Amino acid sequence: MLIETRGLKKIYSIDGSETPAVNGINLEIKEGEFVAIIGPSGSGKSTLLQILGCLDRPTDGEYFLDGKEVSKYSDDELAHLRNKKFGFVFQSFNLLGRLSVLENVELPLIYAGVSESKRREMAVKVINSIGLSDRIDFETMRLSGGQKQRVAIARALVNEPRIIFADEPTGNLDSKSGRAILNFFEKLHEEGHTIILVTHETFLAESAERIIHLKDGLIEKEEIVNHKSYKERKFFK
Amino acid sequence: MKFSDNLKMSYSGLTTHMSRSVLTILGIVIGITAIIIVMALGQSAQNLIVGEIQSMGPETIVVLPGKQPKGLSDVGGSILGDSLKEKDFKDLSKKENVPDAVNVSPVVFSSINASYSSQTYDTLVLGISPSLFKTFSLEVRAPGTLFGQNDVNERSSVVVLGNKAQTELFGNSDSVGEKIKIKGKNFKVIGVLAKKGQSSFVNFDDHIIAPYTTVQDLSGLKYFNRITVTAKSVDAIPSVIKDIELVLRTNHKIDDPKNDDFYIQTQEDLVKSVSSITDVLTIFLGSVAAISLVVGGIGIMNIMFVSVTERTREIGLRKALGATNKNILVQFLTEAVILTVAGGVIGIIFGTGLTALTVVVLNKFAGINFTFSFPIVGALLGIFVSSAVGFIFGIFPARKASLKSPIEALRYE
Repeated sequence: MLIETRGLKKIYSIDGSETPAVNGINLEIKEGEFVAIIGPSGSGKSTLLQILGCLDRPTDGEYFLDGKEVSKYSDDELAHLRNKKFGFVFQSFNLLGRLSVLENVELPLIYAGVSESKRREMAVKVINSIGLSDRIDFETMRLSGGQKQRVAIARALVNEPRIIFADEPTGNLDSKSGRAILNFFEKLHEEGHTIILVTHETFLAESAERIIHLKDGLIEKEEIVNHKSYKERKFFK
Repeated sequence: MKFSDNLKMSYSGLTTHMSRSVLTILGIVIGITAIIIVMALGQSAQNLIVGEIQSMGPETIVVLPGKQPKGLSDVGGSILGDSLKEKDFKDLSKKENVPDAVNVSPVVFSSINASYSSQTYDTLVLGISPSLFKTFSLEVRAPGTLFGQNDVNERSSVVVLGNKAQTELFGNSDSVGEKIKIKGKNFKVIGVLAKKGQSSFVNFDDHIIAPYTTVQDLSGLKYFNRITVTAKSVDAIPSVIKDIELVLRTNHKIDDPKNDDFYIQTQEDLVKSVSSITDVLTIFLGSVAAISLVVGGIGIMNIMFVSVTERTREIGLRKALGATNKNILVQFLTEAVILTVAGGVIGIIFGTGLTALTVVVLNKFAGINFTFSFPIVGALLGIFVSSAVGFIFGIFPARKASLKSPIEALRYE
């Protein structure tokens, strides 16, 4: 099992009153799975993703990654984990606008200590694969939303991660660009990547193999997507 | 993560806000500029004074009457002291008493009013022995001569005029062969000194020089204001000092060196005391300049805090991508140090330029013979201090940045 959580909780204390964002979640995700986490706003789906992505620590419960309990890891160990094993795609892209496409994509490799020539080689390869090779030296602030999100995906992929975390990746895009981004995730899944996608839109979640419905910090239900019908639907589109 | 990558990262972080960065380092630029100027000019002044002292020759030892002055209020003792008598001079001159001395000559001076026809001039008449002309490398202008040992022995009424004394009394007309009046007595002018300028705290240009015996007669003084002794070499100075002390203590019947009624000054002592004065001045002025570095450092800290807050999302993102707390700390600390070192380098350039300009102006318009030398110590100190300022004032903002939680930082709007 790639990911396994037991009684995962995240409780925020504001002015003495405790608000649980994630309230005891047991979850298992296998290598190579494409899982969508869906729920209304305030259901705790982003918080869950952040804990799974080791950006945040749970207040309670256990989180096993590759069989190792990581919720008690030190800051540096978590940073190392994020750098080597995870790729993140955010709703608001989070690119460094003054840096070029290449420089943005290289960032995780810099923190991994990869040499400059090797870095460039790896980044160029990924940028080519997302079809932005003609924009490689552009400052990312000059790109369109769809292009920005493709750069962000390239950045998430460049360190060859085990898991890709995507938090509302199409939330800031028009439907056409959004569809293109989703196609990327489908393609990545076919190539064998593990993808965890957070969204509040059902039709996006249906790209996944499995949908986890969250409500009030708890898993309401899980459903397996009928791939045949999904593919047919795509075919008839 | 490699440090070169970190440098590039910090550099691009700074160039994003170029004008802000430039304004931020102004305090450091001004501080370092001031320190460089103070140090460089202090060094030039010291070189100038030390050069003058050394123009007397490092083998020259001066014996002065009275106790060694401990401060400014003590100086009177050495000017008014009358402990150096004719016998002391005679005994010091004896080869068997001070074998390593090559020359012993007394100096006596007296404040007088000299006149020639209707011109009068208030000055000091210096009574010396002819060997001192060589010690101070004084030369006579043609036509004219300096007095010799004969004139000392015969207590001749002859004088040599300093350059300014000549102008004051005779204007542009010739003075050699003329007679001037001092205290009602006539003195024949036998020569005029070539212009010499300030030397060893005595400006020979201003004075009238005569055989010391003549001046003793004139002023009625039976003692000397000082006796200069020239050792045969610098190495011989300690033994010469010992011999002088022995002779004078015997003559003055002094058992305990604490009761000495004379003191001995070497050129080295003078250089030391002058250097210590200029060093203290330099340190004092430098510390005043250092205050602006502290102010500049606080400015840097302020801007770094603003920058850290502004870039909270960037910090969160970098952490999400795998930056450790240390990576973030080093990035922001490097930015602060780059800022202050850049300020330091600019300050060194400005300071050096302004010092060179000041030296040129002083030479041209004030006639002070300052020499310009690149203040290497000041420059190294400037680099060191500016990087230290960046480090000290950058560490708190950088630490604040490094401790941001990635998720709090990513959520920041």
